Amino acid sequence: MTLTEKILAKKSGRSELKPGEFVLVDVDLGFANDLTGPPAIKEFEKYGDKVFAPEKVALIPDHFTPCKDIDSAGLVRILREFSRKQGISRFYEIGRMGVEHALLPEEGLILPGTIVIGADSHTCTHGALGAFATGVGSTDLAFFLLTGKAWFRVPETIAVEFSGKLPEWVGGKDLILYLISKTGVDGARYKSFEFIGPVVSRLPVDDRFSMCNMAIEAGAKNGIIAPDRITLDYLRQVNPAWVNSHPDFTLNPDSGVVYSKKIEIDVSKLEPFVAAPDLPSNGYPVSQLSDVKLDQVLIGSCTNGRISDLKIAAGILKGKKVAKGLRLIVIPATQKIWQEALKEGYLNTFVESGAAVSTPTCGPCLGGHMGVLAEGEVALATTNRNFVGRMGHPRSKVYLSSAAVAAASAVTGRITHPSVV
Amino acid sequence: MKLKGKTWKFGDNINTDLIIPARYMTAYEAAELGKHCMEDADPEFSKKVQPGDVIIAGENFGCGSSREHAVLALKGAGISAIIAKSFARIFFRNAINTGLPIIESPEAAAAIKEGAEIVIDLTAGQIEDRSENQHFTIKEFPEFLTEIVENGGLLRWATKEKKEPIK
Repeated sequence: MTLTEKILAKKSGRSELKPGEFVLVDVDLGFANDLTGPPAIKEFEKYGDKVFAPEKVALIPDHFTPCKDIDSAGLVRILREFSRKQGISRFYEIGRMGVEHALLPEEGLILPGTIVIGADSHTCTHGALGAFATGVGSTDLAFFLLTGKAWFRVPETIAVEFSGKLPEWVGGKDLILYLISKTGVDGARYKSFEFIGPVVSRLPVDDRFSMCNMAIEAGAKNGIIAPDRITLDYLRQVNPAWVNSHPDFTLNPDSGVVYSKKIEIDVSKLEPFVAAPDLPSNGYPVSQLSDVKLDQVLIGSCTNGRISDLKIAAGILKGKKVAKGLRLIVIPATQKIWQEALKEGYLNTFVESGAAVSTPTCGPCLGGHMGVLAEGEVALATTNRNFVGRMGHPRSKVYLSSAAVAAASAVTGRITHPSVV
Repeated sequence: MKLKGKTWKFGDNINTDLIIPARYMTAYEAAELGKHCMEDADPEFSKKVQPGDVIIAGENFGCGSSREHAVLALKGAGISAIIAKSFARIFFRNAINTGLPIIESPEAAAAIKEGAEIVIDLTAGQIEDRSENQHFTIKEFPEFLTEIVENGGLLRWATKEKKEPIK
């Protein structure tokens, strides 16, 4: 069995599973945000009054927070009051909050071999630590609140093997943008991505998060990487108790496992990759887009708002200024990342360069607040979606890239290869 | 169950940001969301659409965000069913879970034109296009999904009685 099949089999009490079968599984962690939580709670309350397992629930107001208007304050209040009433301790107020897919691993809540569902499509991020993690709707989440379970159709698995030597300035974000440019936005629809091979096995955890985060942009149900030494080193920092109590933990696909498809990618000649409007699959090597003039650059989000992203961006921006006529917004993805970036001097570098630095929020990524685009404006963002109107006006445009390309482009005002600045 | 309405045709990869932009997501009532359904594709859509109307679309309908608001917006606008070449997975489960009829039929999605008068017979598994006088057979859902839809959605199915776990 593949990694995904193994986890789904274990959590549904089966010894074998095949793609196409339907299973009801025990969920280890379920969560929602300020937009998807309230409709889930409303549905739940029609059918039940006691949450099945409050200790397995997290509620994270991150999309329109700090609350952008009266209505969004009302949404967060629903989460706050529900948490209090149901004894859900994992409700995160601003100041302790983070973008959900950056916050939950940092809190030590994402564990290999477990099932994680979130009422947010980028829940697939958590496959980076070897969990089966997938985005669901509000009704799925209500069902989980009621029963502790979720239903799934067992997906076929596509193995994606990266080999070769990773060039300078090329990382997880470039690999996933390149892959999606090959598969299209529905090339992995209903399927699982299992990322394998020598490149991934050397890739830092933050890059793995970026890759699994965007599995959904190829239509995938989940993206997953077998837990290894790098995973365990990370878990030792965020949840030493789990590591100590699982000294012999391993999770690997069966030897001789047959995947529904295998995609092989040699990374040796890859350039940093950028997705042009209006689909994440519309990818180009960065050098082919050097004519694109930008109004705004955003560094942040559940895809690339982690400390390693800020470190790379600060390294490029140190001693330089944001181009005249361009706005740079930097949003560390969690309060902890914010503090670390402060301690390391990155935030100072950003501010000195002329950037606006925000408290953690999803805000501008989905055109919510903190950097919405006007008609005709063009942005480069380290986020994950560039659909029509995603960051604001339907006639604004969004390009997607790594933090390195974003920082370099903020200096020149055009889409720029990081080696240029 | 029979659904009757006029068709509205859209292309491939109609994403949830297009179905309902995030700027309206401080609401989660179908009627309110329905006012802004497909607004960025056609600002007049919610005014033109009539209760019972059907969306005909290409590949990967509903891709992108997990927002169930997309299903609610379509319902709120009066859309009774969606026929597409294929559906994105979270939208697919949201539609099943909330009982919005979705029909995967590449043939019907390609052949039915905008503004056609169609009748969908969910019980008999047939689509009749009265404008072009053509008929299509609806592929049956797996048993488990049919059970959820027939019970009026996931939570009603879950709370109906003690259910057998899925075999």
